[in-house]
Amino acid sequence: MPRVLIVAEHDGGRLNVSTARCVSCARALNDAELTIAVCAADPGAVAAQAAQLAGVTRVLAVANPANTHALAAVLAPQIVALAGPFTHVLGPSTTFGKDLMARVAGLLGAPQVSDIMGIESPSRFRRPIYAGNAILTVEAEAGVKVVGTVRMASFEAAGGGGSAPIEKVALSVELPAHTRFISVSAAKTDRPDLLTAARVVSGGRALGSAEGFKILYSLADKLGAAVGASRAAVDAGYAPNEMQVGQTGKIIAPELYVAVGISGAIQHLTGIKDARTIVAINKDGEAPIFEVADFGLVGDLFQIIPELEKLVG
Amino acid sequence: MKRILVGIKRVVDFNVRIRVRPDGSGVVTDGVKMSVNPFDEIALEEALRIKERGGAAEVIVATVGPADTQQQLRSALAMGADRALHVQADGVIEPLVAARALLKLVEREQPFLVILGKQAIDDDNGQTGQVLAALWNRPQATYASRLEILGDTTARVTREVDAGLETLEVDLPAVITTDLRLNEPRYVKLPDIMKAKKKPLETLTLAALGVEQRQQLKLARFEPPPQRQKGIRVKDAAELVAQLKKKGIL
Repeated sequence: MPRVLIVAEHDGGRLNVSTARCVSCARALNDAELTIAVCAADPGAVAAQAAQLAGVTRVLAVANPANTHALAAVLAPQIVALAGPFTHVLGPSTTFGKDLMARVAGLLGAPQVSDIMGIESPSRFRRPIYAGNAILTVEAEAGVKVVGTVRMASFEAAGGGGSAPIEKVALSVELPAHTRFISVSAAKTDRPDLLTAARVVSGGRALGSAEGFKILYSLADKLGAAVGASRAAVDAGYAPNEMQVGQTGKIIAPELYVAVGISGAIQHLTGIKDARTIVAINKDGEAPIFEVADFGLVGDLFQIIPELEKLVG
Repeated sequence: MKRILVGIKRVVDFNVRIRVRPDGSGVVTDGVKMSVNPFDEIALEEALRIKERGGAAEVIVATVGPADTQQQLRSALAMGADRALHVQADGVIEPLVAARALLKLVEREQPFLVILGKQAIDDDNGQTGQVLAALWNRPQATYASRLEILGDTTARVTREVDAGLETLEVDLPAVITTDLRLNEPRYVKLPDIMKAKKKPLETLTLAALGVEQRQQLKLARFEPPPQRQKGIRVKDAAELVAQLKKKGIL
């Protein structure tokens, strides 16, 4: 029977939805026993949320003031201390999980399967390579512990309704002091989270400026959508880095993706190919984005977007 | 001597459209343009800038890969690296093996900083930097978009994370992995390519370093991704909204 340890992502008070997606991934392993590890300064509230996820067997709550901020170098030895009895150790393929899990894999000397998009058996996993232009099935050597990061766009969040027992765990592992959190700056927004939004409006370099992006924010608010950006737009300073969608940015799977003034480099398409419906608006009718769009509209975005806003408002 | 070690990987150039071999055994790489992994070029550029500011005396580039990888090491030397270390190995090199080899080089060269790309654009694993930091028991700062060296003992790193920008302080030595916006790598000039031919390039083997080329993940099957159906063109915003409503999306 597979025994899976899932590393919870949270902000100290709230469980990130990425953990519920990891639970769905782990449930694809038949009859798996699912344990969620919550490492926090005060894990109570987050552990209670984790315990409610459907299919979870138990929650391990590790309290330590060193866990106030999620630092991979500090968390990894704790996860390793918990990992002994488990066949699989999973985390989300978010910047939190990608940073942490590979360090865990390194300490364990275990192989890591990055960006798991499908599970064929306890040792066979599907994952995208070459910016999603090929899908690779890997098979782990018999008997090795597998570390994995779970591709967020491939799994729905597990539902609630569970009531797994919560065990407090005291770990006696030495934690390094060589890495210190200084600050995090995040733009405050009332818009939905880009990684999980049902609708996303994204802009490219054709928006021309940060000012130009405002017409997208306005449309997004009418649609209840999150706002994303191409790498070109982020590089040009029109949008902050956390809005970047693509191979090296966020990989998303919204119901509706509206690409505005984005030509559609393969690295960008990687980030959106799981969207249910893609709309492309671009003045260049030959842009590669039209090859993946369900609906394409060729024209001047500065004219089309305000029209669109009126029509959906 | 204050040294920076930069890891580079030979990958299919980012402009190449990848094709999967019909028998599912891999992707077509015959006659395909190969390059230094773009994130590794950013790593090298950062190391060179630190050296040019007087923050380091020597920049060493290292790779684990087949004989052909010497082309990419020469490119790195042309960019400005002082010398190159080539751990020659064929076949699949998993991140754990690459990191173990790099650790041996770290122990030999004693750099105060190791800079790697955050991921290679071929296998998209994104692991080697973190695995090296784990094995070395040193700090890691991944996805760096800004790097400041503060004296001899610490570095301050701004990281691109899902929430925005995070700043960490790490004791040196440390492993840094680069994100896109850390810098823009320089173009190589012809005279530098000529000069690079005379720079030292040392060839080593995994066996000589005492690293076993273990493969824990078998590459069982390669497939092309599912293709999206080509959609339709609409003539204006009104038709777009009508279509989205018809499909039940709006």
